[in-house]
Parts: sequence; C-alpha cells; structure tokens
Amino acid sequence: MCGIVGLYLKDEALKPQLGWLLSDMLVTMSDRGPDSAGIAIYSEAPAGRAKITVQSDEIESSFAALEYAFEDNARITRRDSHAVLEVAVDDVAKIKAEIEKNHPAVRIMSTGETVEIYKEVGLPADVIDRFEVRQMAGSHGVGHTRMATESAVTTLGAHPFSTDDDQCLVHNGSLSNHNRLRQKLQQEGVTFETENDTEVGAAYFADKMRKGASLDEALEAGITDLDGFYTFVCGTKGGFAVLRDPIACKPAVLAETDQYVAFGSEYRALVNLPGIENARVWEPEPATVYAWGA
Amino acid sequence: MPDFDKTEFDLTSATLREMNSSLQDATSGAYSIVNPRGAHAIACGLKSEIDVTIAGSTGYYCAGMNQLARVHVKGSVGPGAAENMMSGKLVVEGDASQYCGATAHGGTLVVKGNASSRCGISMKGVDIVVHGNIGHMSAFMAQSGNLLVCGDAGDALGDSLYEARLFVRGAVKSLGADCIEKEMRSEHIELVANLLEQGEVAGAKPEDFRRYGSARQLYNFNIDNVSAY
Repeated sequence: MCGIVGLYLKDEALKPQLGWLLSDMLVTMSDRGPDSAGIAIYSEAPAGRAKITVQSDEIESSFAALEYAFEDNARITRRDSHAVLEVAVDDVAKIKAEIEKNHPAVRIMSTGETVEIYKEVGLPADVIDRFEVRQMAGSHGVGHTRMATESAVTTLGAHPFSTDDDQCLVHNGSLSNHNRLRQKLQQEGVTFETENDTEVGAAYFADKMRKGASLDEALEAGITDLDGFYTFVCGTKGGFAVLRDPIACKPAVLAETDQYVAFGSEYRALVNLPGIENARVWEPEPATVYAWGA
Repeated sequence: MPDFDKTEFDLTSATLREMNSSLQDATSGAYSIVNPRGAHAIACGLKSEIDVTIAGSTGYYCAGMNQLARVHVKGSVGPGAAENMMSGKLVVEGDASQYCGATAHGGTLVVKGNASSRCGISMKGVDIVVHGNIGHMSAFMAQSGNLLVCGDAGDALGDSLYEARLFVRGAVKSLGADCIEKEMRSEHIELVANLLEQGEVAGAKPEDFRRYGSARQLYNFNIDNVSAY
C-alpha cells in the first residue's frame, strides 16, 4: 500500500492553513502505511534567498556544528531532527558542497527557493507533531505515509524524494525497471542516495526537466520509460501534478474547487477540506497527466 | 449489543461495527447512514429486505456481500462496491471506483455516474447498469449476468469472457481477447429494455445498444487440439 496526499492552493487566503489541512489529510491515511511519513511544503523564501533542508540523527552536535560553520551566511531554523538553512541563492552550491565535505552526519533533504522536506520513521501523527507541520504556511504541499516494499525502513527511504531544486515526488506502488534506469542515469552523472525505486523516478523526472521538459512533459515521458505500478504526485516550485500507470490499480482521487486542487489515495483523506461537498471529485484516468501551475 | 430501534447512524459518533451489526440483524424497515465521510465497508453483509440510504460518499467495499437489502448511496463509492453481492440492489448516484460488482452472483448494481476500471470483473450473475462510462478491463473473465453501459467502454472490454452478456450504447475503445460483437436479436432487445427499467435509465432506446459476448475460443476445450496436451 502507501498513502499519498497533495494540496495545491489557488486561494491565497488558505495559505496560512496549508500545514493544518495537509496534516489532517495525511493522518487520515495512516492505516495505508505505518513505517514512515514525510511531507514537502512549498513556501517562498525572501527574494534572493534559498533554503537547504537538512537532517541528522545526531541533532545536537550536527546542528551546533552547522550553526558555528555558517554563522555569517545562513539563518538556521531547527525543527527536531531537521534544520532549514536560509542562505543567499548565490551561496547554495558552495554551502551544499561544504556540508557534504565537512558534515558527514548531515543529510541534505532538499534545496530550492520554496521547498522544505521533512521525513522520518514513524506514524504520520508523530512525524507531524515532531516537525510542527500544522503551523506551516505555504502554497502547496505533498505528504506520504509508507508501507515499505522496495527498500529499508529508514529516514532516507521515506518519501518525498527530492533530486533537484524545488522538485519532489511521492509514490504509491513499485517500479520494476528502476535498476536499469538508475544505471542509465548514473552513466549520465546523476548520483543516488538510496536503493529506493522512487528515488529513481524522482531523478528521472528531474533529469527530464533539467533538459528542458516542462513538468507535464516530464511525466508524459515517464509513461513510456517507467515500468511498474505507480500513482505519483510531483511538486515543483510552482507546479503540482498527478500521474497513474496504465493499469491504474493504485487508488487515486482528485478534487478541485475555486480554492484548491486536492489529491488523496482515498476520498477519506479529503473530507475535512473546506467546501469539499461541492467540489468536483473524480478518479484520475490511467496513463494521463494532470498538472496545475506548471 | 445492536440497538434494534435505531434507524439513523451518524458515523461521526456511531462506530462502523455498531452500524453494520445493527443492519445485519435488522429484518425489516428503512435505515439511514449520515456522515459516511468515505469510510470503508459500510452496509456490508446485510441479509434482509431492508432499505438503507447512505447520505454521502463511501470508501472501499460498500454493500459488499449484500443479500436482499436495497442500498442507496447519495454520493460516490470507492473501490469494490457490491463486491460478491448475492441479491438485492445497490444504487450509486455518483461514480464508482475500480472493480465495482466484482464476483457478484446476483442482484442489481446501478451506477448513475461513471464506473472506472475493472467494472464487473469476474461477475457471476449480477445485473450491472452504468449510466455513464466504464473504464478499462471491465467484465474481465465475467462468467454470467448482464452488464449494460449507456456511455462508452474503455480498453479490453470483456477480456477472457465466459458467458456474461455485455451491452454498450457508446464507443468501445477496444475488445479484450475472445470478446466479439454479436447480433442484437429480439430477446436481447427485451432484455435490454428490462435492464434499462431496473437501472432507472430514462430516455435510452434498447435498439441503440450493441451486444458483445464470448467467442468461446479460449475456455472451450476443442477436441481437435487433444494432441497438444
């Protein structure tokens, strides 16, 4: 199984409630997967600034070392086992390289002008409380609760996966050609953190978009190149998209109103959203890309 | 202990088990379920001629294993609605998710919106009437019963079909293995007219439907092939 949710806001007035709404959606999906949970929240950094979200199992020593090392060029906000480094856009590459070189206990979860990713082993309700997700504001977000099949139950094996700036992917299903595709992407210089199939999917879409494809074009290409079972929700800086494989046995429900687009593995996940009674609710077609804001 | 006098179950306060066991023990009367909020297994295993109205959308397996009861959903249903229904009726005002009516032996399933993939998979005698469209792989390995579709059918309709009869008014994207179009004879016109009435379809003419069934090449043993075994 696995449960996935996503919320893309059209109405600015709902932005302060994004974390709260998304949390409710994800907690409702808890019994689809108890192993780990994660969310990606998109909220704009101040102009000229970007965010590097990092994770460590050695919270105190790692984050104290980061605060010391980047005292002059990063504003660091700690959230439990994660921390967000707000830095100048021009410093991102340099700081990332320094983290990778000098802080081996620290893992980079995401970088970008908008995205922050938080994920840990455990139930959605616990993970949400640890990171205070309910208090987070933003324009769109995705969440995932995992029943592990393809790789170990670890923080890095949890979803969402992010393999490029402001990009993230959550997945219900399992890819069957991920080993071959990983090899192919590695030959082109793409690096991987895990043995997980979804990371390969994320890297594949990121690679397409780096080469100039739009979000919906990248997903469209995936219908041919990705083999296996999948319902994907993909986020980018301003975009939000859904794709199901041609067999479409992994469940999916979309809802749209003037205020938002919402995705849930089940309709249950959507019942607390404002105005859901009058939303257009439908099951996305197999092998069809649905994209907003891309 | 079920409450035999209770006729309304609000799922924001009543538990699913309390509601289902009360309905399973009821022998007559009309019942309503409010605030279903997409919950799974609502009105499952009913076995008497009772009327149940569900005011909203449900999750997986609504009215599964139904016998005799008439269940009316004023919303949409999740995967596996009326799965293994034996008799009675399920009417869905909205859409049905994948594999509605799967393995159902009898009774009537009416979907007033669209049904998605695998509608009527392995059906064994149920009558299914869909006002809208159905998705891919519908009536896969369907053994007996009737599937009537007022809209279009997706890919691979009736793949590996046994003896179920399929009627489609709109376009069929593709037929599955061993499924072929067959002649609409007078008995089929009569059957379709009856299904339209059972399915509460207004304004459709039986003559507008086309019939599909098994070519009987996949499952019938052919004595000429005996040397192959």
